[in-house]
Amino acid sequence: MQTIVSVRGARRTFGEVVALDGVDLEVGEGELVGLLGPNGAGKTTLLSLIAGLRRPDSGTVRIFGADPRLPATRLRLGTTPQQTGLPPTLKVGEVVDFVAGHYPDPMSREEALARFDLTDLVGRQTGGLSGGQQRRLAVALSLVGRPRLVLLDEPTTGLDVESRRALWQALRDYHADGATILLTSHYLEEVEALAERVVVIGAGRVLVDGALADVLSQVRVRRVSLRTPVPADRLAALPGVTEVETDGESHRLLTTDSDALVTALVRADVPFRALEVSGVSLEEAFLALTGATTTQEVAA
Amino acid sequence: MTTPTASTVPTRIPPLRLVALHTRFNMLETVRIPIAVIGNLLFPSLAMVFFVVPNPAVAGEPAVATAAVGQLALFSVMSAFLFTFGTGVAEDRALPFDAYVRTLAAGAGPRLAGRVLTGLLFALTSLVPLLVLGRLLTEARADAGTLVLGVGAVLGAGLPFLMLGLAIGYRLSSKAAIAVVQLVLFPLAFAGGLFLPPEMFPGWLAGASEWLPSRAGRDLVVETVTGVAAYPLALAVLVGWGVVFTVLALLAYRRDEGRRFH
Repeated sequence: MQTIVSVRGARRTFGEVVALDGVDLEVGEGELVGLLGPNGAGKTTLLSLIAGLRRPDSGTVRIFGADPRLPATRLRLGTTPQQTGLPPTLKVGEVVDFVAGHYPDPMSREEALARFDLTDLVGRQTGGLSGGQQRRLAVALSLVGRPRLVLLDEPTTGLDVESRRALWQALRDYHADGATILLTSHYLEEVEALAERVVVIGAGRVLVDGALADVLSQVRVRRVSLRTPVPADRLAALPGVTEVETDGESHRLLTTDSDALVTALVRADVPFRALEVSGVSLEEAFLALTGATTTQEVAA
Repeated sequence: MTTPTASTVPTRIPPLRLVALHTRFNMLETVRIPIAVIGNLLFPSLAMVFFVVPNPAVAGEPAVATAAVGQLALFSVMSAFLFTFGTGVAEDRALPFDAYVRTLAAGAGPRLAGRVLTGLLFALTSLVPLLVLGRLLTEARADAGTLVLGVGAVLGAGLPFLMLGLAIGYRLSSKAAIAVVQLVLFPLAFAGGLFLPPEMFPGWLAGASEWLPSRAGRDLVVETVTGVAAYPLALAVLVGWGVVFTVLALLAYRRDEGRRFH
């Protein structure tokens, strides 16, 4: 399998802020990789390095074995503008033609629009489209040049469930032709629906990189709440515990394996009451993976 | 349908086709905002109708009238360049679409060339009503050869302002760019003798203005269309400012790449 994306030791800072702190990532031909992580984790910065928008302070970034900052390397790359970023006075067909003109063998205007159910809007100015239509056009632009590598930064943010599913199907169809796709998302559901491999980024580093099922089991953190006189450090030693929050006798534990934790509690004969097991948000799960302790500061 | 694999190296798009593509894109964007086009066409012509036509000492004398048309033509080009490249670039930079366009397989060359060609075309169209009014309502006269040379001189004298526009556009936010362009354009145009000829200036201003790019450009344009020789240092002053503004534009462009992120 040919390597399409190769990032080695990439570090990028913006003034005092370290956006990427030594990232390694290899993506092979035909993979569909989901990039997960809280806001500010460095996902967008990583995509901008791969898209050739900026260079890393140190480390190397290659796509198709070449520097993405060279325009010729980007002939096989497709990306999306951000949702609000379409030139408002241009018509849908004009924007599609403009982007298609950069590629040697693009889709026809008709094919690109039909894939995303935009055919009827060809003569409309993009400023007059609904948010969902703009989003679909943005993704259509990423595919119009028949790229072999597609980068999608939160492709379905702000879409309703139905349009989101339609867009996922269009992406699956394109991937089925053999394209490599790298997408970021806030939504676990989206990554579950599309990705075969998941990379979790936090605080500028790759925290987890593995097959979808393996990563999901790690991200599916659960919260176990209980009241017990046992000291917090003993609770922290229980299976899978990544975080302990203590308020007197009340404890809230985050664990990657709530079943094993409860079993261990009972086996160790720990006296407890008011036991509750509940799910946590994706953000909390990410924080648990980053090893952040009791901070409640969660990026929105 | 043939599906290219990742190992087939795609053919590059010919650079001229990319330049045409970006020019078309820039033109469409500009034309769809009519006020930008109308304002650009109208202001120099209005200046002609209000300041030159009613004044028989100017409009009635072929050499003076021809110089006046040349001055206003330079003002027109200067204004088109400063606005297209100053506020235009600053506004585009604020749009996420600009970052997207930079991921397409065109280098900075075609993007900049498209912008410059658009600016030149708009500058040229702004000259048309001015030249027509000058011919019909004043005694300004030039034969075809002089006219072509004159248009060339006006565009050439405008180049430093194109670079100044780029420096402003890549350095400042769009709001700041509008203010700075206006702050730069009108004083430079006035002190450069583009509204009133320098012969009407007080002595100190007439001397000081010889160091301005607008005055140097104005005198070179007037020399081309009327034969009245420019002051000896005019070309050196114009080229000098051209170099300074080009360096500023390059610095601003480089700084821009490093600053933007989200």
